[in-house]
Amino acid sequence: MRRNQKKHTGSENEPNLKGTFISVGVLGLIIIISWFGVFALFISR
Amino acid sequence: MEIPKIGVFEENARLPLTIGKKEANLYLSFIYVAFISLFIGGLMGLLQVLVRSGSFTLPWGIGYYQILTLHGVVLALVLTTFFIIGFQYALMGKTVGISDKQRKVSWLAFWVMTVGTAITAATILVGKASVLYTFYAPLKAHPLFYIGLALVIVGSWIAGFVNWRQLYLWKKAHPGEKSPLLAFMVNINMIMWFIASLGVAVSVLIQFIPWSLGYAETINVLVSRTLFWYFGHPLVYFWLLPAYMAWYAIIPKIIGGKVFSDSLARLSFVLFLFFSIPVGFHHQLTEPGIDPTWKFIQVVLTFMVVIPSLMTAFSMFATFEITGRKKGFGGLFGWLRHLPWKDVRFLAPFVGMLAFIPGGAGGIINASHQMNTLVHNTIWVTGHFHLTVGTTVILTFFGITYWLIPHLTGRTLTKEVNRLGIIQTFVWTIGMTIMSGAMHIQGLLGAPRRSSYSEYGGTEQAVQWGAYQMAQAIGGTILFLGIILMVYIFIKLAFFSPKGEEEFPIAEEEENAPPTPMWLENWKLWVAITIALILFAYTIPFIDIIQNSPPGSPPFDWPIGNS
Amino acid sequence: MHLHKYEKIWLISGVVALALFLIILGFGAFYLGTHPQSHGITIDPANIEAHEAFQSENLGLTKVDEDKYIVNVVATAFNYDLGVDEDGNAVKNISIPKGSSVLFQVVTPDVVHGFNIAGTNVNMMVEPGYISSMEVEMKQTGEFTLLCNEYCGVGHHMMFATVEVY
Repeated sequence: MRRNQKKHTGSENEPNLKGTFISVGVLGLIIIISWFGVFALFISR
Repeated sequence: MEIPKIGVFEENARLPLTIGKKEANLYLSFIYVAFISLFIGGLMGLLQVLVRSGSFTLPWGIGYYQILTLHGVVLALVLTTFFIIGFQYALMGKTVGISDKQRKVSWLAFWVMTVGTAITAATILVGKASVLYTFYAPLKAHPLFYIGLALVIVGSWIAGFVNWRQLYLWKKAHPGEKSPLLAFMVNINMIMWFIASLGVAVSVLIQFIPWSLGYAETINVLVSRTLFWYFGHPLVYFWLLPAYMAWYAIIPKIIGGKVFSDSLARLSFVLFLFFSIPVGFHHQLTEPGIDPTWKFIQVVLTFMVVIPSLMTAFSMFATFEITGRKKGFGGLFGWLRHLPWKDVRFLAPFVGMLAFIPGGAGGIINASHQMNTLVHNTIWVTGHFHLTVGTTVILTFFGITYWLIPHLTGRTLTKEVNRLGIIQTFVWTIGMTIMSGAMHIQGLLGAPRRSSYSEYGGTEQAVQWGAYQMAQAIGGTILFLGIILMVYIFIKLAFFSPKGEEEFPIAEEEENAPPTPMWLENWKLWVAITIALILFAYTIPFIDIIQNSPPGSPPFDWPIGNS
Repeated sequence: MHLHKYEKIWLISGVVALALFLIILGFGAFYLGTHPQSHGITIDPANIEAHEAFQSENLGLTKVDEDKYIVNVVATAFNYDLGVDEDGNAVKNISIPKGSSVLFQVVTPDVVHGFNIAGTNVNMMVEPGYISSMEVEMKQTGEFTLLCNEYCGVGHHMMFATVEVY
């Protein structure tokens, strides 16, 4: 937590978008998981 | 006498402009046709899921494929195009203004499109055009089916030309200024639409109409399919981009925030223009006559079009988070609490955004070259586009309707209608989750799309599919209830809501926002790059297709029940 | 143009993921040869018998070698012609041993059809003028439905057969 805050002092004018970052990360994971899921089905057939 | 709009030609004119009564009628007319289409097309959808459940037979000799054709044409081509053009006109009228002359030409666009729609719909209703909305040769519909479609496209071009002219005149009156964000987006979408629909127009005018009239004996099937899909994929982005316009530039205002980044919004639209068109082969991956290397090249280009959507996802979350934090909602996800969940103008498009997560993931799977054999022409694909266009796009359009209709009719969105809208959004979400979910699973199990009820000789697989078809019937019925509710809301907003002023929400930039670079306005360069990418992706394979063409196909009308 | 630090990370990871998908697909397609069917071999749709494989005596399942089969099919609205059995009845069910490699070759003399053995990776468009072909290894046992998955007319949903892998 403290480390993160330290990082942020470097870019003072950037808004805090941690929630956004995690949200898009989840979205990315959904894409990756579903792609590999269907890929596994493709390979198994 | 018309009162000139305040500030249209003044040096310091600032947004937004006022929409006059005459232009409001123009915009509303397009949207009326869209909602009539929603009702008709939705009813056809209901009949389909009922037939496919195996427990319902269509009366009076109506064919399953006749209603399927009507469903596709009326919803995918008519509802979308009319709503989009009406909405885009309203955006242009609000941001750059419309002259009397432009308005009159726009009425021409409306009537050409409407007459075209009526002609095409009539040929389907009398059972002479059960060829589905993709009208693949060599199935032959009545020539008037193609002529009507050509008119719809030509009419939409007229609208596009007017939109270009509107922005051109505004820019001349405002030298050195960046164009208003929404006007920029509308113009990108209409450029893409024009370049893309040239393909299907050439196919209809040069191939289908002479062939269906008997002037040409045969048709080159693969050329017609390639021209169709050259148009068919940008078609889906033509639906999606107006939803993105609302997400980028209208939703922030509704939630009490600002545009996250004007330049990134524009950049994503420019990228959509580049990569929406040279990707049609990903709809033709399992076809025998196209070189696999060129298929793969277009698959790579298809993946490029994912990038602007990734940018959009980030922008949306960032808008929510920044606005929430400004309002004092801290924490990692505390900002979610500030969102106006009880405001249907936000809720409906928000559900649309959520639907685009599985929708987009499914789209990447569909375009994955050899993996496409797993899902091609299975009902998975139907499930996919009922998420993308049938939820993401349509719920955003509904979200727009709640404020645009009262704004144009001089009425207000009442608390009561807002509540009905929230119920409508829930009904839609539940119905679509059931229907589209069942379609996705059933598709992975191999069940085909575009097929009437069949037991396939009683195979175990077909029995297994039956359960999902029942689920689709339940989901589809719920969706139809949602459509009835939406049509009721629409009528209420258009004719019965109390008089008043409803806001036309357009978000502004942050005051300290970094300036948008002027190179984003380099229209000629964007068009040149778009054309270059199309030529790169299509020239060699298209020459190959023509040089190695088999003998052409004569028209077949007996398979669709004509003779 | 300013990009937020997180947005840079997000876009770079997104592009890396897409590139990874493409590398996997490209490796399969170009190195292992698992392209979707794309042979571009043409045939006169009005005269498909000119090609030996589609003469009526060669239709259906033929064993060419140990664990190697060819299935020649003529797809018409609304039927798959898989040849006839000893009694002269139309074949509607073919049986293939598990693990064998099968070459499917399909043509149509009329409109566009689909050729999908549901639950397998055999999924091809069949278009007048082209020979659709695909060689696959039948990996799983079971009864599979061969069906038309591209709209071909009023009897489209009645166009099917079964493929048994034992």
